[in-house]
Amino acid sequence: MSLPAAVPMTVHARGCNELPVLRERGQREVFCGLTGIVWLHRKIQDAFFLVVGSRTCAHLLQSAAGVMIFAEPRFATAILQERDLAGLADCNEELDRIVHELLARRPEIATLFLVGSCPSEVIKLDLGKAAERLSQAHRGRVRVLNYSGSGIETTFTQGEDNCLKALVEELPTAEPTMRSLLVLGTLADVVEDQFARMFQQLGIQSVQFLPPRQAGDLPAVGQGTLILPAQPFLGETVRALIGRGARLIEAPYPLGAEGTFAWIQAAAQAFGVTDERLRLATARPMERARSALARFRDTLAGKRISFLPDSQLEIPLARFLQRECGMQPVEVGTPFFDRQLLAGELPLLPDNLRLSEGQDVDLQLDRVRSDRPDLTVCGLGLANPLEAEGLRTKWSIELVFSPIHGFDQAADLAELFARPLVRCERLAV
Amino acid sequence: MQLTLWTYEGPPHVGAMRIATSMRDVHYVLHAPQGDTYADLLFTMIERRDRRPPVTYTTFQARDLGGSTADLVTTTLRDAYERFRPQAMLVGESCTAELIQDQPGALALGMDLPVPVIPLELPSYSKKENWGASETFYHLVRGLLAGAAPEPGYQRPVRPQGQPPLANILGPSALGFRCRDDVQEIKRLLSSLGVDVNVVAPESASPADLLRLPVADFNICLYPEIARTTCAWLARTFAQPTVTTVPIGVGATRDFLFEVGEVSGVDVSQVLDGEGSRLPWYSRSVDSTYLTGKRVFIFGDASHALAAARIANEELGFNVVGLGSYSRESAREVRAAATQLGIEALITDDYLAVEQQVEALQPELVLGTQMERHIAKRLGLPCAVISAPFHVQDCPARYSPQMGFEGANVIFDGWVHPLMMGLEEHLLNMFRGDFEFHEDAAPSHLNNGLERPAAPAQLEEQTADVPVPGEPCWAPEASTELHKIPFFVRGKARRNTERYAAERGLATITIETLYDAKAHFGR
Repeated sequence: MSLPAAVPMTVHARGCNELPVLRERGQREVFCGLTGIVWLHRKIQDAFFLVVGSRTCAHLLQSAAGVMIFAEPRFATAILQERDLAGLADCNEELDRIVHELLARRPEIATLFLVGSCPSEVIKLDLGKAAERLSQAHRGRVRVLNYSGSGIETTFTQGEDNCLKALVEELPTAEPTMRSLLVLGTLADVVEDQFARMFQQLGIQSVQFLPPRQAGDLPAVGQGTLILPAQPFLGETVRALIGRGARLIEAPYPLGAEGTFAWIQAAAQAFGVTDERLRLATARPMERARSALARFRDTLAGKRISFLPDSQLEIPLARFLQRECGMQPVEVGTPFFDRQLLAGELPLLPDNLRLSEGQDVDLQLDRVRSDRPDLTVCGLGLANPLEAEGLRTKWSIELVFSPIHGFDQAADLAELFARPLVRCERLAV
Repeated sequence: MQLTLWTYEGPPHVGAMRIATSMRDVHYVLHAPQGDTYADLLFTMIERRDRRPPVTYTTFQARDLGGSTADLVTTTLRDAYERFRPQAMLVGESCTAELIQDQPGALALGMDLPVPVIPLELPSYSKKENWGASETFYHLVRGLLAGAAPEPGYQRPVRPQGQPPLANILGPSALGFRCRDDVQEIKRLLSSLGVDVNVVAPESASPADLLRLPVADFNICLYPEIARTTCAWLARTFAQPTVTTVPIGVGATRDFLFEVGEVSGVDVSQVLDGEGSRLPWYSRSVDSTYLTGKRVFIFGDASHALAAARIANEELGFNVVGLGSYSRESAREVRAAATQLGIEALITDDYLAVEQQVEALQPELVLGTQMERHIAKRLGLPCAVISAPFHVQDCPARYSPQMGFEGANVIFDGWVHPLMMGLEEHLLNMFRGDFEFHEDAAPSHLNNGLERPAAPAQLEEQTADVPVPGEPCWAPEASTELHKIPFFVRGKARRNTERYAAERGLATITIETLYDAKAHFGR
């Protein structure tokens, strides 16, 4: 992506393939894709997520968020038992029984996702067929879809990618002449509303979001659809949309003032919005974001940060922290490196960045111990042990559960990284 | 298939992790897909452990399935041994690995690792966490000690005169409820009796410590869910008697001391006659009168639920209206205890069944796990947590055992605190409907200015006064009168009155019917 001179950023003249990547294969300390259910079920308010899996899956779901949500949640696990495996009970019949039971109990559910897990995939339980069968059985009442959130297929945020990809098949077809902007990825409602207002001010008429708040409100897709991903982990969904004729807008992700501007600008250019109109719409929020960010610069500037692979947000976050907060990324680990989706980010990364893909957690922790960064972004299983070794940490899962995108959240995002450092300064015990 | 929202227990390999994490110098290699590493956070977050669990996962992925996941097992085992140099290794598999049948235990045994290797077979699709922990502890102890077993018919030599008795404390583990403080309290009690502690395990023990288990004169099975099987094997193999009383509550602690005296031959009368707990006096203090007959619902693992039922009934004067457990292994004991209390036990791991019963019983206090805390919060009922699974907030910084005399003090405080204080409750009953004292108000010492979520009274209002064809209908004044009854017994009063009217074929329930029914059902 080439950015016009009006955008205040340095662009390294470098091809995507020049950045060296350290690839590791060992123990991975990441969640599986089922974890995405924790936020997806909050976002899509009339959907229910039924994991077909084991007790481990159910245990993961209730543990992953750190807390359990009080009311009866809109997700559950159909736990496979010995007799399901022994062939004594037909798994499909059992699944149908559970779905009937569930739908009787929850009449408000309009869309049911059957979510595949490691065990359901290993025993080759065909949830696609099951979804078709159940859709037929409950026609007019509920739509049954399926996707895989299994650990053997997905890491953490890839669960959302698979879920949205399943929705892509359901999207109505738009007229080829119908130009529309499709913003992709779960965003907090407040952020979604901010972006909707922004695009309205730019005069972009048709703006839609995937996932929608109600699973029934599916956007139409066609040759006039331009995809603007708000999250960097939705490669499969993007490719499925491209398969339906849509085109991808290449941009950095809307994290930080600079990233948000570049993201909005990319959409504006694709829709032929004038520079003047873009400047008018973005000048104030941009200024607001910059001055709010300035408050955290003192705390963050010069501090060294390492990312352990987790949410796939690592690269855009490192870019934001380096360029806008003055931090020094030491190592940026990412579960997988999707060059197509990161094409807008790569030119903004520093030359000397140590980028790692995949994981061998013990080797990586050895590097963290020898690097001794000021802050390490990692999963919940590793945070306290690193703190006990005198290393400050930031839980990566918080970055997925907090509104961090857009101009007005740029300072909130910086604050998430400043907080552990400030806390460390304050504590005298 | 079983439809599950929340689960009381994790899978059995998490039980094995609890044993490994409790111990020192043990390493567990777990054949499991990526994602199963979530279990680390149970230990580092809920219990704030400052070290990673000593577990290495193979984290295989779909692309490995075509090739050799078995090679991944052996590589992982070798690397884990080289890096961590444990005294013993546990080798097992999670639910998914069980399906691909790589037999990691057999692979490990064939590798000639220079330390004892304990293969674990924990069927994920039929068993659960506590069973997994119990089996792991048993196989570890047996694996290390089988070679040292004496001939069958072995008699323990008589302890030399003047040598203090020596006890093992077995069962405390990672993610067990208040284990850290219980162990301290039990050690203190034993020391006051002149009994020395040989080994505490699995918590803080190393495999070398386990090798010393047979030296002790007897074993204390502090947490039967974890240690019952191991204690039984030690009793059979090394002729070590087992103390089985779980010392939670004043009565149980006294029974425990008595049993230790029986087994070890020490005189426990001085300690039994000593200061003991403050619970008996606090419970006899007149301000505790209001605790009499409080309707309490109890659910947890079997040992904590059983202990709570005894304390509630005998030591606080509550009425136990519901008793249940998710520990199917101990269903018989729980059922027997419930029968003694004149109720039927609820043996289930279905959170919704528990919720349904709490809703139907409308207790005044819920004693349960983290799950029952959710249920109680939703129904606006006071609650105290008495059993695993628990939340980070139930892993307190302060000393707060459940066992022994200090444990009884902690329990008195912990259970009474969520309740309405005596006089406050009287005022509420007398001036019900008052704008400050009303049924939706939290106890004043707990009021944080927040409205209670969906109180049962509000739920009930929605269905009130809707006539059901063929059933007695409430006259308006009777309905008004019904609402003067304290909310926590109103549901029962409504049901009793309707049943009374229906049995007598009354079409309308009047104020008179209401009081007739009260007199009829009242004891």
